[in-house]
Amino acid sequence: MARWALRRAAAGGVLLWLVATLTFALVSLAPGDVASRLSDSRISPAVRERWRHDFGLDRPLASRYASWLGSALSGDLGSSWTHHRPVTDVLAESIPNTALLASLGLLLEIAGGVAFALAQLRRPHGAADRFITVVSLTAYALPTFLVALGLLYVFSYSLHWLPSSHLLSPAGELATGWARTRDLLAHLVLPVLTVGITGMGAVARYLRGSLLDERTQGYVVAARARGCSETRALLTHALPNAMLPLITMIGLSLPFLVSGSLVIEVVFSWPGMGQAMYAAALSRDLPLLMGGTLVATFAVVVGNALADLAYAAVDPRVRV
Amino acid sequence: MSATTTRHLGRSAHLVANGPRRLRVGLLLLTSLLCVCSLGPWWAADPSAILDPRVAALLPPGTSRIVVERRDGSTLAAESIRRDGDVVVALRGGAEERLDASEIAAIRETSYWLGTDTLGRDVLARLLHGGRVSLAVGALALFVAVFVGVAVGMAAGLAGRTVDAVLMRLVDALLAVPMLFLLILLAALFRPSVFTLVAVLGFSSWMGVARLVRGQVLSLKSRDFVLGARAIGCGPLRIAVVHLLPNVTTPLAQDAALRLGDLILVEAALSFLGLGVQPPLASWGGMVAQGEELVMGGWWVSLFPGACIAATVVAAALIADGLGDLARAQRHA
Repeated sequence: MARWALRRAAAGGVLLWLVATLTFALVSLAPGDVASRLSDSRISPAVRERWRHDFGLDRPLASRYASWLGSALSGDLGSSWTHHRPVTDVLAESIPNTALLASLGLLLEIAGGVAFALAQLRRPHGAADRFITVVSLTAYALPTFLVALGLLYVFSYSLHWLPSSHLLSPAGELATGWARTRDLLAHLVLPVLTVGITGMGAVARYLRGSLLDERTQGYVVAARARGCSETRALLTHALPNAMLPLITMIGLSLPFLVSGSLVIEVVFSWPGMGQAMYAAALSRDLPLLMGGTLVATFAVVVGNALADLAYAAVDPRVRV
Repeated sequence: MSATTTRHLGRSAHLVANGPRRLRVGLLLLTSLLCVCSLGPWWAADPSAILDPRVAALLPPGTSRIVVERRDGSTLAAESIRRDGDVVVALRGGAEERLDASEIAAIRETSYWLGTDTLGRDVLARLLHGGRVSLAVGALALFVAVFVGVAVGMAAGLAGRTVDAVLMRLVDALLAVPMLFLLILLAALFRPSVFTLVAVLGFSSWMGVARLVRGQVLSLKSRDFVLGARAIGCGPLRIAVVHLLPNVTTPLAQDAALRLGDLILVEAALSFLGLGVQPPLASWGGMVAQGEELVMGGWWVSLFPGACIAATVVAAALIADGLGDLARAQRHA
């Protein structure tokens, strides 16, 4: 276990170093340096020189690379050009919001996908199965932003049931306790639904195929022969085994979950990491963009390791 | 046309006609989207034509407007017109405008089958023009991704353990980066254009292809036909292109179909965010982004391009599934 953790950490470290190098290379080797791109012609050359000095652009490439790596290692990702605060502070404020949205969305996605697949497997190739196949294919193919806008249009603009944006309403900001929680939950519904709807199609498609294979396996047939009902055979015998590869699949789909959250956060003005990154891209806040990419990759690497741990925990054949 | 091409075409046609249903439906859907979008602009109206926001803004699908062409070449849009002696009275945005009949060259009616946006642009025309852009960006980026991916995968599979380890660590690293984060970083560095978009999308999605090709190459390279080719003195490039490539086409095609769907979705997301295809050029993702229309009840401006994106992705997924069915059927046959 300790050796596994050590090996994983080493591999993850190499991976993060590659990503850090890559983002640095992209930013520093892109044509035209930052100071010239940021400024317009009305800014005097003297000011531009000072900027180049402030950004450290007058130092050689190797020394810039060394200091970027060194400070990143010590947990300092530089200072945001638009927020005028350390990048880590900006990210620390927004990451919990993204984590909340993504984790609830992931739960809904898995629950929805499992429910779909089980409903399909009650009678494979029957009418319900075919209908849900079409539904989950459509859900898989719908662009995230279209789902988000559709939900906004129906539940917010037309029916006025749910708030359209932000984490809390102005009244909710001031409230405490239950009133505040309820306000937060109301704001969570539409973004979480968007994550769930766009993700559950893929889960259902995958799980259906996997369950179809499992249910003809000997142990499921044996369970049926012992008098298990079809539902019980599916739920307690086939499903746990069919879910195993799903853990790996979810681990691998984490980058897409984080990417998808970006669009959803922008549509719903959700103050998460994705929105911070989007604002940074529009204002060319490169330190925040580089730091955010690195931190998001770190989260994915940790998430993948956790998925492997979870796999080993539920499958006794796998030892880490 | 050479005999080989004809045979290949004949074989593909045979596969499509007798192949799995999902493959047929997917190919039909994708081909019709391609045909409509590539031919459409020849008969659809000018997508950037702004008729008259006062009269033609945010019209629901199926509305029509009357266009009066004056003798001096200018045009005027109206909700309705009636004749009053020598004068033509045009109703425009609630106000009446009187025109001299002798000034008028022609009067025609324009129908907006899919409505108009807030600027009074025809949604159908923009949909067809935008489809050309979205599909072309997706297809070209796919081409880049497959090309780079096959090259890297072959190199990793054939060039020995050190090269393999280095390339695969790079693939792992790039796969762990949330793609949209990397893409918006690139969008901040390079001014978005169709060319940079194709390059950026292509160079950020070859990793899966590389992994797939490497796996196939590793399992194929000790097979007799490869050893035989090596024994008669074939170089690695010849082995890769002539002997290995034809053997990876089936999984490659399946992967490419799924990847096309992903690329179309990512391009749409980027254009939606304003970091992809730039106005005035229309693209499906960019068309959905006109959120202000939605607040005013103009659902059609977002819905139709969004549905086109979804249809393309469905077609791609069906093709991938169908190719899987086909491979399975051939294995069992």
